Amino acid sequence: MSSLSQESSSTPETNVKRAKRGVPEGLWQRCPGCQAVIFRKQAEELLGVCPECGYHWYISAKQRIEQVLDEGTFEEWDAEIMPTDPLEFKDKKPYAERLKAEQKRTGLNDAALTGTGMIRARRVVICVTDSAFIMGSMGSVVGERLTRAIERATKQNLALIVISGSGGGARMHEGILSLMQMAKVTAALAKYDEAGGLFISVLTNPTMGGVAASFASLGDLIFAEPQALIGFAGPRTIKATIGIELPEGFQTSEFLLEHGFVDRIVSRDKLKSEIARSIDYCGK
Amino acid sequence: MSTTTYLNFEEPLEELANQIAELEAAKDDSPEGHEQLRQKKRELVDKTKEIYSNLSEWETVEVARHQQRPQSADYLNLVFDEFVELHGDRKFGDDRALRTGFAKLDSQKIMFIGHFKGRDLKERSEAYFGCAHPEGYRKAIEKMEMAAKYNIPVVAFIDTPGAYPGLGAEERGQAMAIADSMFVMSRLKTPVISVVIGEGGSGGALGIGLGDRVAMLQHSYYSVISPEGCAGILWKSHIHKEKAAKALKFTSKYLPKFGVVDDVIEEPLGGAHRDRHQMAARLKMYLMKTIKELQAKDIDTLVEERYQKFRKMGVYLEEAVAAEAAE
Ligand SMILES: [Zn+2]
Repeated sequence: MSSLSQESSSTPETNVKRAKRGVPEGLWQRCPGCQAVIFRKQAEELLGVCPECGYHWYISAKQRIEQVLDEGTFEEWDAEIMPTDPLEFKDKKPYAERLKAEQKRTGLNDAALTGTGMIRARRVVICVTDSAFIMGSMGSVVGERLTRAIERATKQNLALIVISGSGGGARMHEGILSLMQMAKVTAALAKYDEAGGLFISVLTNPTMGGVAASFASLGDLIFAEPQALIGFAGPRTIKATIGIELPEGFQTSEFLLEHGFVDRIVSRDKLKSEIARSIDYCGK
Repeated sequence: MSTTTYLNFEEPLEELANQIAELEAAKDDSPEGHEQLRQKKRELVDKTKEIYSNLSEWETVEVARHQQRPQSADYLNLVFDEFVELHGDRKFGDDRALRTGFAKLDSQKIMFIGHFKGRDLKERSEAYFGCAHPEGYRKAIEKMEMAAKYNIPVVAFIDTPGAYPGLGAEERGQAMAIADSMFVMSRLKTPVISVVIGEGGSGGALGIGLGDRVAMLQHSYYSVISPEGCAGILWKSHIHKEKAAKALKFTSKYLPKFGVVDDVIEEPLGGAHRDRHQMAARLKMYLMKTIKELQAKDIDTLVEERYQKFRKMGVYLEEAVAAEAAE
């Protein structure tokens, strides 16, 4: 394992926190991986990858779609589905207010974008979660958008690409309804699988909890971006339960590859061609 | 009742029970003595009714976690006529928090899958306090698929604080094991009934929760996250667990309204732990009736109805917004 991944993984939760803020608007940006100060323009040209250490910075769902799909081919689905507050949930702040604030801050109406587009001239269904919107957590809207996208992929016999980024897993503000989205999306994927669909799941930093324990782990092929934090329980929860320091590199993409849960670690600049090649291999 | 461990909010019940014990010990054979005893007993019933029909969300959690609450092991004795445990996931090991095997409900053969918590410290640590590792879910997959092959209905008892958060669990793919179990369950070609008998903790519960019918005992809870976990994240401290419990609306009062739970099985007065035989009898009746209903369906219809049931879950806005946009 490289020293780079060790460095980033020794404080995975700090990375989650930093990554959430994304690339700031300033001219310069400090890399969460190596702490080097990087010229922002240069990082953007490299798709949000640090030129010094190769650390994959947070990028938005929109940027991901731009990076993966052929230019101008994305057609968004189900944007009119909007989140609501079925539990009238209130912690320090009412969920309804939190939703509004997150919508304003991110320019998204919930944590997933879904639709169709082309990857090197191959039509696909694509779903991307954005880890900036309430930690990329899955509530009813994320679950419904994904399920509809999967059902359309089934009907139209299209390959399905899901790029996950979620530190939050199931969104607790929607209570049990969020938990049930795991079942709903999983059931749709099982039907898609029965129909012979090809599902490529791409895991990015971070993919945790209920997202990891449902669709993200169910790809026919599972790719992961380098050094991403991926797992079921959060490192802090585990540390609190077992009372010992976690080993270096624990719950990183490289750790998952080593333990047999990821097909390939794919850097951002190779993702599009890797997806296209896999689709060809599977004849989809 | 005398051996019952009382919860904090049951103080009035403990007092009444003590008074009754004193009266009984006094052996006052006068009509007044009898009347007094009768009245105290009536008071106790009334007070129990009053408290238990107004349990707060957090109090429900306390009942669901009560150390005397019947567990899978108890119901295997009281509800089923036989349990033939089938061990192992054929890949890594034999999880002791999630146990599986053949069982009989009268003459009805079933495949039992259920969380085990254990009673004394030894049992509880062996079962990781009801928190399954990946091999538990992989064992469940093995046995469910086998059940489907031989048309045996699956009965899953959920009673877990959550899937185990540890090094080994992560190394062996906890997230994937839960996802795979749901995946298989959603298409399983045999009737499936899931019952939350105590704690329905998050993904660890849902991993065996994709039933054609999902039921819960009246004072159990079923939640996306534990109240302590939720309080820790949103209120920054576990001490706000009661607030979190209230906000999460995870009791049997709410879950049928959300369309997540089909049936609530009523508990005996004062909770399942006060009369486990009665609880077991109700549970048995529910299972027998429901298995019959499900067996009457054509298998493809059953699987499609299961899909549609979970397909409907979730609350979001659509038409309202679309209509607004059209104006
Ligand atoms: Zn760097």
